[in-house]
Amino acid sequence: MPSSEPVSEALSQTLAHQVLGRLADQSGPYFGEFGGRYVPEALIAALDELETEYRKALGDPSFRDELARLHREYTGRPSPLTEVPRFAEHVGGAPGAVRIFLKREDLNHTGSHKINNVLGQALLVRRMGKTRVIAETGAGQHGVATATAAALLGLECVVYMGEEDTRRQALNVARMRLLGAEVVPVTIGTRTLKDAINEALRDWVTNVETTHYLLGTVTGPHPFPEMVREFHRIIGEEAREQMLERVGRLPDVVAACVGGGSNALGIFNAFLDEESVALYGFEAGGEGIESGRHAARFSGGAPGVLHGARSYLLQDADGQTLPSHSVSAGLDYPSVGPAHAWLHDLGRATYEPVTDVEAMEAFRLLCRTEGIIPAIESAHALAGALRVGRSAVAEGRTDQVILVNLSGRGDKDVATAATWFGLIDDAAQGEGDQ
Amino acid sequence: MSTMTTITSPTGTRLAELRAQGRAALVGYLPVGFPDVPRSIEAVLTMVDAGVDVVEVGVPYTDPVMDGPVIQRAAEAALAAGTHVRDVLGLVEAVAEHSGGRVPALVMSYWNPVLRYGVDAFARDLAVAGGAGLITPDLIPDEAREWIAASDAHGLDRVFLVAPSSTPERLRLTARASRGFVYAASTMGVTGARGKVGERAEKLVADTRAAGAEHVCVGLGVSTGPQAAEVGRFADGVIVGSALVKTLLDDAPWADRLDALGRLTGELADGVRHARTTTPEAAS
Ligand SMILES: Cc1ncc(COP(=O)(O)O)c(C=O)c1O
Repeated sequence: MPSSEPVSEALSQTLAHQVLGRLADQSGPYFGEFGGRYVPEALIAALDELETEYRKALGDPSFRDELARLHREYTGRPSPLTEVPRFAEHVGGAPGAVRIFLKREDLNHTGSHKINNVLGQALLVRRMGKTRVIAETGAGQHGVATATAAALLGLECVVYMGEEDTRRQALNVARMRLLGAEVVPVTIGTRTLKDAINEALRDWVTNVETTHYLLGTVTGPHPFPEMVREFHRIIGEEAREQMLERVGRLPDVVAACVGGGSNALGIFNAFLDEESVALYGFEAGGEGIESGRHAARFSGGAPGVLHGARSYLLQDADGQTLPSHSVSAGLDYPSVGPAHAWLHDLGRATYEPVTDVEAMEAFRLLCRTEGIIPAIESAHALAGALRVGRSAVAEGRTDQVILVNLSGRGDKDVATAATWFGLIDDAAQGEGDQ
Repeated sequence: MSTMTTITSPTGTRLAELRAQGRAALVGYLPVGFPDVPRSIEAVLTMVDAGVDVVEVGVPYTDPVMDGPVIQRAAEAALAAGTHVRDVLGLVEAVAEHSGGRVPALVMSYWNPVLRYGVDAFARDLAVAGGAGLITPDLIPDEAREWIAASDAHGLDRVFLVAPSSTPERLRLTARASRGFVYAASTMGVTGARGKVGERAEKLVADTRAAGAEHVCVGLGVSTGPQAAEVGRFADGVIVGSALVKTLLDDAPWADRLDALGRLTGELADGVRHARTTTPEAAS
């Protein structure tokens, strides 16, 4: 990226690459017209250092070996692939017409896919000689993963979290504190994930010499969108092999929930260049697009710049960021990773909203039919998979294979779900079994 | 940037005049719309009457990552009061009219509001309003192709930032892309008053000049007359934001707040006027 031409050399190279190259190997700073580095100049030196170190590390067998060892011995990779026939029955159609497989990122240490990226970046922090990491978190899963890696590697750790999120994910706040991290509730703006990112960026500008910003998804300024995808591509690579082993072919559909987009890109990546595989990303439809209370950037947003990248964004006519809404804190973000904006505009992936109600229905269904309590984020992908499966049945398909990324487990969401379904006696008034 | 030399910079011209008079400029920042649009116009004109040389009008934005708590609070209040991006144009026009064009008015905006307005449309409307140009805290020259073209087309200044962490190569790139002045962020950090303006500021100004910048103004942290004098020794301009905004973030009656704003502006204006004399006492 450091080119001396104000008009980016990298942009034209990227455009050329996109015509010729594999989608899966797309490198930053641009994904089509999205991505870039819309940040204060003060951060550019750190981003350049990070990019250099990350590229060196990827080419360094000792880095790759160490990461592979942690994946195996600490995270518990490869994560299993589980077929869920009792859940899939609810698609309808002839028995076995639609088979659904879950990629079990929920079984990773710390309970979600977030650990894949965190371990990769934490090893980079050590290589860069920095001693302090900061992170933003919404659902708390990325914060927990970061606090975990910081404990493992002996780094100082500060996690910014919107005050609203500290309330709905109180258990994860306690987990981070147990792991030795400082959790800072953010009380300005909408008090959710986007404001936590603002605060983390302010901290980073101030302390960049000693501090690494361990960003938790495929958003932000280059190199984050590319780098975080690289650390998550293992999800898709494992799943692809497991599918071939288990059913002897690639899936017809891959489905994932999309907050910033890291678990989705991680599983999509291995299938991006396979034309036979349809890719579906499910965003938080909240209370419905018409209600204005959602986080569906592709249905309800337009291209714009937030937190360092150009992508689809919930914004008003003045370019002010609009508040997002979702029952799931991890999907409650007004923008989305630039690679998803690019895949959307290319028509390579389809993005649809899933409402709170649909997600919670799928949440309960997976609990009851398969004995797996998913994260509410992941429940959006499950609801989307049911929808895609039903339309396949309606089209008369008899041998659909759907792969769903089960990005996390629902322990953190038990209180939300209990309230939603009225399972706690004093909270049982009102919402009931919607 | 072949067109750069053919456009006369409104801010650069004013900075050159002041340099000939042997002093730095006082650049005063206030956001439009705080506490509401009419009173923000009053406040900026108060600042002009009290001696600022260049006005910097902020566009309130929901996600101001380069700003500390004071400016964040003002921006939040301005948005809550229903301020729109186009309101900045009226304020710029008022400054041009009130000062007879003597005081250049720059707009400071995060990039998305400008992008949403339309980069060329914003440049056109800002030029028509009599604005001098735009300061872009989260737009680096590498991403500014559209803005560079629009500012050339409409004869506007474009002020990019440099920081203590900028490499010599980036200082050159930024100096080359800027028109009017280069904004040197004195310390690593966000806006807000500081007890001490970083020692790195003086070195950064020298390095930015060596990288080809004609004018370099220093911002972040200046809040008092003596600090303004200190920075005015080596910089072409002293940019003050949070300290001025703070005089308005108060429960006192509006007239008292305007008085406080005028007094602080006067003290800062004295500071830059006495910066390069041997003893400040002798000059007063
Ligand atoms: C379990 C889980 N899934 C998904 C997400 C959304 O993030 P992303 O879209 O980056 O995968 C989160 C974020 O907190 C999460 O905790």
